[in-house]
Amino acid sequence: MQAVSDREAEWAALMRAALGGDRAAYRDLLVALTPVLRAAARQGCLRFGLGVAEAEDVVQETLLALHLKRQTWDDTQPLGPWIRAIARNKLVDAMRRRGRRGAEVDIDAFSEVLAAPVPEDSGIRRDVAKHLQALAPGQRNVVQAIAVDGVSIREAAQRLTMTEGAVRVALHRGLATLAVRLRSSAT
Amino acid sequence: MKTDDLIHAIAEDAVPTGLKPQRLLALALAGAVVAAAILFWLLLGPRGNALVSLAEPRFVLKFLVTLGLATAAIGLVLRLIRPGVAPGLWRSALLLAPGLLLIGIAGELLTLPAERWMTVLVGVNARVCLTYIPLMGLAPLGLILLALRSGAPTRPALTGAVAGLIAGGISAAFYAAHCPDDSPLFVATWYVLAIAMLVALGALLGRRLLRW
Repeated sequence: MQAVSDREAEWAALMRAALGGDRAAYRDLLVALTPVLRAAARQGCLRFGLGVAEAEDVVQETLLALHLKRQTWDDTQPLGPWIRAIARNKLVDAMRRRGRRGAEVDIDAFSEVLAAPVPEDSGIRRDVAKHLQALAPGQRNVVQAIAVDGVSIREAAQRLTMTEGAVRVALHRGLATLAVRLRSSAT
Repeated sequence: MKTDDLIHAIAEDAVPTGLKPQRLLALALAGAVVAAAILFWLLLGPRGNALVSLAEPRFVLKFLVTLGLATAAIGLVLRLIRPGVAPGLWRSALLLAPGLLLIGIAGELLTLPAERWMTVLVGVNARVCLTYIPLMGLAPLGLILLALRSGAPTRPALTGAVAGLIAGGISAAFYAAHCPDDSPLFVATWYVLAIAMLVALGALLGRRLLRW
């Protein structure tokens, strides 16, 4: 197993590249982070009687928050504490919305989980397609094409006969709207 | 949407748009000072002997306290909007302004006969103080909160309250140039009360506006 500090240094390097516009580095970072976030979210959810599906919601919310708030990371600082604080905040939020008191979430145990080895993804996934449907049509088409159909911004632009700039804006706004909807939904 | 799909979409949106939170806050602070200055010149204006008074320690102390408070609050808020960053020394820095004020009060109590204490504490301008500091602080508070929405405060109400301290500090510094009451006893009573209103409003608004 890789030492936690090495792993976090690698993540920080990827994040720096991502903030410079490197999509491949960003994807690598998110792919590497997701199983760790998932393990933490599951442990947190299970402790409070929530299922794996809810945990996946927390994972998605956390990914969106990391994305939308990425400029709050000071790139001269380690990345780990920043990620942990956001993940913890999203878990506490999810507990609160479901009627569990945030104060009951054991923060120290949660930090340990984030540093723990990565378990396999069990494959059970929660669908948030319903939130996609709530987006404005322009945003929905773009997010759908890029997220669900897996095309690039350029391909999406051709397919939807939009400029790349307009696709970029619609994608960004769509993701921001999704984050708001995920946060305000009680399920 | 599956998590992998979401990752794909997020990665495509890699290039950050918009200004960094600290840049936005800097712009908001510039706007806040301008907004407070405009209201100040329209509604109050500096007192006639303001320039001469700069030689008067009790007059200068009002600016040190209010601007010191705003400065420390800015440093603290910049940390509060970054997840995983401890407030560190900025939390203690917040005590500097009240500390200065306490020294001023001590000096006042030592030099002023006890029967004058109540008179200078009540002052002549308390109502104006309680009206105009909150009033001139409203636009600054709004601008600062808007800028802070780009941050990620894990404690939204506290962050909003500190935003109220910044707005209150800026507004009170302008007000200080108008108000004829220079006693630290007056400042400790009425300025504190007026700024506390903005702090409470900031906490209330922050709770709603600064969640993410």
